[in-house]
Amino acid sequence: MSDAYVSLQNLSLAYGSSIVVPELNIDIRKGELIALLGPSGCGKTTTMRAIAGLMTPHSGKITIDGVDVTRMPANKRGIGLVFQSYALFPHLTAFENAAFGLRLQKRPAAEIEERVTHWLATVDLAHLADRKPAEMSGGQQQRLSLARSLVMEPKVLLLDEPLSNLDARLRLEMRTELQRVQRDTGITMVFVTHDQAEALALADRIVLMKDGVIEQLGTPDELYNAPRTVFGADFFGFENIFEVAGRDLIGAKGKMPVAFGATARHMAWRPGAVSVGSGPWEGVVTGVAFAGEKREYVLDTDLGQIKAATDASEPAYQIGDVVPFGLPEATGFPISG
Amino acid sequence: MQYKWTSRLIIGLTLTFLIGPFLIIVLAGLSAGEFMTFPPEGISLKWYLKVFTVDSFRASFALSMFLAVFGTIAALLLGVPAAYAISRYDIPFGETIKTIVAAPIIVPGIIVGLALLRYLVVPLNFTVTLALFLAHTALVLPYAVRVVSASLNNLRSDMEEAAVLLGCTRLGAFTRVVLPNIQGGVLAAFILGFVTSFNQVPVSLFLSGPGVRTLPIDMLSYMEITYDPSVAALSALLAFLSVIIVFVAEKFLGFSRYV
Repeated sequence: MSDAYVSLQNLSLAYGSSIVVPELNIDIRKGELIALLGPSGCGKTTTMRAIAGLMTPHSGKITIDGVDVTRMPANKRGIGLVFQSYALFPHLTAFENAAFGLRLQKRPAAEIEERVTHWLATVDLAHLADRKPAEMSGGQQQRLSLARSLVMEPKVLLLDEPLSNLDARLRLEMRTELQRVQRDTGITMVFVTHDQAEALALADRIVLMKDGVIEQLGTPDELYNAPRTVFGADFFGFENIFEVAGRDLIGAKGKMPVAFGATARHMAWRPGAVSVGSGPWEGVVTGVAFAGEKREYVLDTDLGQIKAATDASEPAYQIGDVVPFGLPEATGFPISG
Repeated sequence: MQYKWTSRLIIGLTLTFLIGPFLIIVLAGLSAGEFMTFPPEGISLKWYLKVFTVDSFRASFALSMFLAVFGTIAALLLGVPAAYAISRYDIPFGETIKTIVAAPIIVPGIIVGLALLRYLVVPLNFTVTLALFLAHTALVLPYAVRVVSASLNNLRSDMEEAAVLLGCTRLGAFTRVVLPNIQGGVLAAFILGFVTSFNQVPVSLFLSGPGVRTLPIDMLSYMEITYDPSVAALSALLAFLSVIIVFVAEKFLGFSRYV
């Protein structure tokens, strides 16, 4: 791809003899915000560390802005990394933390003052410039860590689980902050996360990974609405996935005949896509949870467990009730992989 | 109620056992008589003052100071990088190395002293001062490695990676980020090493030579000839010095966090 700004080509990553990522190809465009998404152990963090230069690839190539950086030491790459633990320097003030990189470059004092002040103000920390990290809240430390990287005007900014250590309110604040910074600076960002909601909300494109292999790469819309694999569907909230064999659906407990002839290998339904209260089959309610707009049910059926949800305004069922349900073809999603 | 009195009695006995000898030494040094006795015969400061006029004490104090300061510094120069390497890199036999480094704490000083004398100092014909310096460095090294390791383990290694990504070399990350954050541990190791070296007897006993003695050895040989209270007075002064050092260290460093 000609418009690739960061390009991973046939990248293979290993710790000693254990291969974490067998062969990876990703092209990231300039100014793009891309999410590496997957469960722990899927190789997303390892991939990020390879881009940063904190680990040397086993084989393959990494280019940034057309330059091969595969063997370039981490301190020469001009890449920023916001660590999950923030990795701030405890012995330095917020200002000195942010100024660290510029001081190494021996920039003139006036320039350091100006750039650090600018970025501390941008992340709303100007009033805490003299504080040590230990005297700051988690959210403030995170923003300082972000500012410390941004002061260096990196070619690429990597973020390791940027929202995972924050509570719900701060998470929304930080998310907005990241999007704003990205819009204002046009900086290319790659962030690693295990949280699909985070990836959907933030990313321009998502790389869904499993066992070091890309399951699917696409826009949040594509991954959410058109998963290509069972893993992807499961990751994005299709909680009822059944194998299709002829005219049967095969579940964990048994099979059930369906009225439609599916050609895909799997069919998947989100909880909301299961019809509860009407349908050709019956199940026993084994769990109910009220979730505001929705009421969530766990049904024990001949297929196995089914997770369903109805609008809270619809009639409620109790545990032990026998309820008719259906898996309509129209609300199901066929998965070929 | 009974429990309370029992525990008070035990605490009282423990304190008597720990502090009692120290008090006896302090008082014995205050004696006005010619021999070390307890209780002292009269009260006088003359033995405390005499300590400062004995030439051999002055020379051996200087040697002990030299060994304690420079032996400990040498041990830290070796021990800090060693502790860093063990804690940060996957070194083959890292744990074994740690255990071996700790050996001088476990092996009796008499054996260490004899071994150093018989197999190192005599065959290689080292001078007494050099032999003492090397021995003290080796004796303090385990403390340096242990104490510094403890502070390194409390320091997250991603901080160093952050420094590298901001443009530091690995060495730069060590000096700019690691060292400032373990300086409390390094200082604690220094004090512990200093006190250990200064009070060291068995190894120094073997390695001391004619005219070159550390202070504790010099005190021993002084007592063989003269049994006046000046040794008690000197002991008391040294004990006060140690107490002051540890007290100041605790006050400003929270010394007990490190050892």
